[in-house]
Order: sequence, then C-alpha cells, then structure tokens
Amino acid sequence: MKSIDVISAMAISETDEMRKENNSGEAVVIPDFKPGDTVNVAVRVREGNKERIQYFRGIVIARRGAGISETFRVRKISNGVGVERVFPLHSPSIQGIDIVNKGSVRRAKLYYLRGMTERQMRMKVK
Amino acid sequence: MSVLLGKKMGITSVFTPDGDYVPCTVIEAGPCPVVTVRTPERDGYEAVQIGYEKLKKNKVSKPIAGQFAKANLDPHRYLREFRLPNGNYNVGDEISVADFAAGERVNITGRSKGRGFQGVVKRHNFSGVGMATHGQHNRQRHPGSIGMSSDPSRVFKGMRMGGRMGGNNVKIRNLEIIKVIPESNLLLVKGSIPGAPNSIVEIVRK
Repeated sequence: MKSIDVISAMAISETDEMRKENNSGEAVVIPDFKPGDTVNVAVRVREGNKERIQYFRGIVIARRGAGISETFRVRKISNGVGVERVFPLHSPSIQGIDIVNKGSVRRAKLYYLRGMTERQMRMKVK
Repeated sequence: MSVLLGKKMGITSVFTPDGDYVPCTVIEAGPCPVVTVRTPERDGYEAVQIGYEKLKKNKVSKPIAGQFAKANLDPHRYLREFRLPNGNYNVGDEISVADFAAGERVNITGRSKGRGFQGVVKRHNFSGVGMATHGQHNRQRHPGSIGMSSDPSRVFKGMRMGGRMGGNNVKIRNLEIIKVIPESNLLLVKGSIPGAPNSIVEIVRK
C-alpha cells in the first residue's frame, strides 16, 4: 500500500501549507498532545463570505486513527451541558491547537469523564 | 476522448481547502503506448489498442510479442482495445495521466471482487423471511415463495436465487478526478471503484 501512504503524507503536508497561508506565511506547529490535556482548538468558521476563528476549549478524551484520517475528541462543559466535538487532526479548518494544561491520566480513552461534573473531572485529570 | 489502463492501489481521503473530507481511490495508471490503431478503411471500425505494464521479452508468447514488435515496442502485460470515435492517435503514442486533469469526469471499468456462492439476502438484497418467531426457526435468510401452485407448475426463468456473486465487469460512470500526480503516474478519483487492490481498471474520459 505504498502509494496510499504517499498520498496520505502528501495530503497532510498540503494541510500544513494551507494553515501556513492562513497564518500569514508562518508555519503552524501542532503540538504533541495526549488524552487528558486541556486544549484550545482554533477552528476556522465560514459565515457567508466572511471567515473568522472560533475557539473550542476542553479536555482531550480520545485520539484515534492514523495518517490523514486521525481524529481527536474534545469534551467541555458549556453552561452545565456536556459538549463533545470530534476534530479531524489534519483538517485545514483547524487553524491551530494550544495546550492549555498537561493532564496526567492512566488511560488512552477517557470516556469515563462523561458521567462526571466539572469539578470531578478536574480532580481526575489534574 | 482519452483512455488509460491502470491498477487500483487502494482508498484514502483528502481535504479540500474548505475543510471538506473527500474519500478517493488511488489508481496507478499508464503510461500506455498505443500498440495498434483500427481504422474504418481497413478494419471497419475505429479503435485503439493500448498496452500497460512493461514485460521482459521472454515473458510473452511469440504471437503477442509480434503484436508489440510491429509497433516497435517492448511487450506489455496487458493489451486492451477501446472503441474511440475520431480518436487521433498514432501507433507509438504514449498516453499517460498527464492527459487527464483534475475536475474532469471519467468512467472506470473493473472486475468486481468475487464473493463466491451467496444467498438471496446478500446477492439480491432480499429482506429474508420477516420474523424470528411465530413458527419461523430456520429460515431467516431464505427467499420465501418462488412461484405459484399447480398452475404454472414451474419456476419462471430468471427467478432470483442464490448463486455465484461478484467477479463481474462493473462500470462506474462519471467519477470526478480529484488530483493528478504525473511524476508517479497516480490518479485520484472521488469515491470507490470496482475490484480489489492491484486489480486492473480501464479509465475512459468521454
């Protein structure tokens, strides 16, 4: 499946290029984040002809997939309601990811956070 | 109109600048030399024969080798003929992915994966006998009735039943070309195409 991997790598670098273009020519470095980390994801949103950046801040509860299809799942509590979003890691709509806080957890998938309140989550993830 | 032979490499996805995620099939295609040109004057119809995948001279039988020798070409593993109305190709011309462009539409023909002997549920999308209870215990994926009674006393021809499935020639029309990479002879086509990875496919642009 060699040429498949080539295409996947090419598509990833194309995304990097697109991000660079939107960042006035400066390369965007996606940090190596893990489940448990609190991240701030910058998402480009299109409204009519205008484009703006929207931030989604929450705890990474899972990463899955490899290559171009890799995704990660971010959970936050918004006005008392749990909200989860799945982002494709290599989507050009993702303009950047900042690690706000490094968490320490013992699992790769933190689905057990779903039943918890914000306070319990903070205790667990640290 | 342009034709090409290639191999299905597999399926992956790419992103558009807007962030849309497009599933696509990677095809390694060409370069394909024109081996023979059929003309209305000599053959009664217009067509070209193109070869794909070079072979050593000792790998082909003499009659096949002669076909290629006539065109001053190395032998190729595959030789296919395509009807091409007013295709202005000459013997020895090379067709490659560079003759195709992103955004164009192509028809792709391949041999679908063989599924072996399959029942009516998989082969003809029957829904099976509906219930799991009420007296049904061993016929959930059965066809049900296949005909009437003593009149006509036979099963009509063409009644859909279980049998060999797959392994047919299947053409998918109007597939969009997402990307062309001439350096490595690759073609990215939106969606899926018939066949297993490494199987040969025919690509035709109208």
